[in-house]
Amino acid sequence: MIAEPTFFDVNLAIDIVLLVMLLVVAGAIVRTRSLLTAIILFGIYSLVSAVWLVVMDAPDVAFTEAVVGAGISTIVLLGAILLTRGEAERGDWRRLIAPALVCVTVGGVLIYAATGLPALGDASSPVNAYVGRAYLEAAPNDIGVPNTVTAVLASYRGFDTFGEVVVIFAAGVGVALMLGFGPRASLAPPPQVMGDHHVVLRVAAKLLIPLIALYALYVQFHGDLGAGGGFQAGVIMAAAVILHALVFGLRETMAAVTPKVARSVASLGVLLYAGVGVVCMMNGGLFLDYDYLFPPHIEKEIPGWLLGGPESAHHWGQHFGIMLIELGVLLTVAATMVTIFYGFAGRSVDDAQREAKR
Amino acid sequence: MADVLAWIGGGFVVVGVALSVLGAVGVLRFPDVYTRIHAASITDTGGASLVLLGLCLISGFSLITLKLALIWAFVMLTAPVAANALANAAFGSGHKPRIGAFQIVRTDERRKTPRGTDAT
Amino acid sequence: MTFFLSHFNYFAVAVLMMAGLFIVFSSGNLIKRTIGLAIFQTATGLFYISLGKVTGGTAPIVVEPGSAEARELASRLDPAYLAQHGVDGVVYSNPLPSVLILTAIVVGVATLAVGLAIAVRIREAYGSVEADEIEVLSRVESTQPGPRA
Repeated sequence: MIAEPTFFDVNLAIDIVLLVMLLVVAGAIVRTRSLLTAIILFGIYSLVSAVWLVVMDAPDVAFTEAVVGAGISTIVLLGAILLTRGEAERGDWRRLIAPALVCVTVGGVLIYAATGLPALGDASSPVNAYVGRAYLEAAPNDIGVPNTVTAVLASYRGFDTFGEVVVIFAAGVGVALMLGFGPRASLAPPPQVMGDHHVVLRVAAKLLIPLIALYALYVQFHGDLGAGGGFQAGVIMAAAVILHALVFGLRETMAAVTPKVARSVASLGVLLYAGVGVVCMMNGGLFLDYDYLFPPHIEKEIPGWLLGGPESAHHWGQHFGIMLIELGVLLTVAATMVTIFYGFAGRSVDDAQREAKR
Repeated sequence: MADVLAWIGGGFVVVGVALSVLGAVGVLRFPDVYTRIHAASITDTGGASLVLLGLCLISGFSLITLKLALIWAFVMLTAPVAANALANAAFGSGHKPRIGAFQIVRTDERRKTPRGTDAT
Repeated sequence: MTFFLSHFNYFAVAVLMMAGLFIVFSSGNLIKRTIGLAIFQTATGLFYISLGKVTGGTAPIVVEPGSAEARELASRLDPAYLAQHGVDGVVYSNPLPSVLILTAIVVGVATLAVGLAIAVRIREAYGSVEADEIEVLSRVESTQPGPRA
């Protein structure tokens, strides 16, 4: 039991150890020439960052970093080196001098600037004492959602999140345009009897994929009460689909989740998000102002006891608004990640078939 | 009583962490892909199980215990499958297990030593 | 020494950013450069989260004021500190950096995918992902007229 916050405590020690691990891993990535090694090390970097983020009291971000960094990033990078080359060329050491000088100079300037920053954990720093604290005080009254991160993300700064969702959708469209929507040639059906040595993986995948999808839904709807939300849930759902493709073959997965479905679901997510905003405008409020999600004559019908008192009846709009837009985020993020995967996987199937024909 | 349980839990956590470190040392020191996979899987199964058991004892009987038990079930399901998939991939790409007397070679010679005798 | 420990996060983040930047500048391989850029991005994320940490705070998930959980969290801290910095009797870490970095991470992986897709198409067009070779090949190509398949 600490009586007062001191600096020489366990949290700081863990924080420093983890940062030193990150530095070591980053140094290893700089030095390696093999791209496969670099990708695996990058996955390790993401996982160690995720642990560090939990120590820093940011469980939502840790969640996202773990799923995205160790899951989707690794898959997409592996797909890219499958289509290109696995090794980087050895460069002349003389070409490293200028970059090293630039990096050392900029690094020096950054470190000098960092000495002016507030100490780690300072509760009265400008960052923590004004806007951050105001959100913590206002969110339970305005929105009624325990997870302040979700409240800020989905309600106070909902328009920013809308922009991010559109960026993700645009990235999915971009990758699909450059790499295609899936293999152009038709995929050969898988052999009737797959090799016996894959049976463990198949059985485990059959058990795990529904559980992963269920967990994605849990994270989605639990995001109001604890760590979670649409972004994490979307990536977890995409991970389930990608696991299916890796174990059972791309053909089976594309029969289950067709590229057309993936594209439509992505657009549907963005449409849902924008639609919620427009409904709020039609009922007299601003874009994405959830207090106006329900017209007044419907809000009167809501029994006061459902949300703990008549003064919190306006939370109903906020809860529903947040739920709907998080659903939109889930749909777009999941479908976009699946589209990106289909692009890379389909391209490598085409490549392999072209090589086989040659 | 809760205090005693917390201390025992702490002991389990320490032993689990020690097992994980030993697994990491094994990955670095073992000569062959398959033995390294075995060492790494110690970290997942033995290390994770003991740490989770220790955390269960420390946190007392609550919802947290159920969540930790679910995590344990998930780790038990996925970690051996991952080791199996890794060994499969190594076998499929041609690594043959090293059979015979174990020779300690210098680290810079490790790359030059041949892949070992045929398993059959 | 205390100063170094309390600012170690920022120094480490500066070094990580420079490691990512060094990879981008020095490596000729397009894919390795993308990985370097991703390291740079996650390092800036680490910087934001370091700013948002509050000593003695917990994750910014509001607990019921007066519940057992709130009392347990409050019992670990000095009452004066709690009164000055607590919200409804509990000290929380800043939620705002989490919000910003959460979306930044997912957008980061989406843009990583776009960058890699471009690298794959470059490979298909020029046969190489090394920046030097591509430069030579594109100069050779621009001197030769004719349609490109």
